[in-house]
Amino acid sequence: MIKVQREDFDVGAELDKLAKGNPRIGGIASFIGLVRDMGGADRVEALTLEHYPGMTDKKLAEIEAEANRRWPLDASLIIHRYGRLEPGDRIVLVATASPHREAALAACHFLIDWLKTDAPFWKSEETPQGERWVAARSEDDEATQRWKKR
Amino acid sequence: MKLLYFAWLRAKIGTAEEELALPSQVRDVNGLLQWLKSRGPGYADALKDLSTVRVAVNQDYVGPEHVIHDGDEVAIFPPVTGG
Repeated sequence: MIKVQREDFDVGAELDKLAKGNPRIGGIASFIGLVRDMGGADRVEALTLEHYPGMTDKKLAEIEAEANRRWPLDASLIIHRYGRLEPGDRIVLVATASPHREAALAACHFLIDWLKTDAPFWKSEETPQGERWVAARSEDDEATQRWKKR
Repeated sequence: MKLLYFAWLRAKIGTAEEELALPSQVRDVNGLLQWLKSRGPGYADALKDLSTVRVAVNQDYVGPEHVIHDGDEVAIFPPVTGG
């Protein structure tokens, strides 16, 4: 399931819902991304996430379908927020459920790596020096490339 | 053709969205980007380094040789930074 929303989400409630009613599920893996403030010269007071409505939903659905092709998942969930967020706020939740841990853990890792390089979101940070757009990291591309080789 | 701009490309070009007739000399994505550069200083500045520009046509990523048709939704944006 894909949700792109401005509102925060309740991690516990979302994970409970994911497994509810399916006794085959033996484990849930999850990743939660938060707004980070490294302090010092890199101080971040807030960030605003912009996205491309329509394409965001389409790309996230494709990524989720790919994870389901690669691993035997019983359920999966991606929630991604947009709008203005402050340090410590939740940005993203990726959760995968499977009878066994290997599939759930691997699929969760795959989803967050792939999402970072394919889903059309952009972060702008508010800093004491003004606003700046976050630059894409080559490490993120390399992380996604690793999955493409398999 | 509907053009959409995001993040710092939107800020530099000065608009989020515009509807333009596809010029007859523009065949593909590369041709479109070169033509857009000639539309004003904001466009020229936003598109001066195409290694930092990504293009999606009808909500799918495409390369420079992808053929553009009138009626396409063309989105131009920097590499994504979500997650």
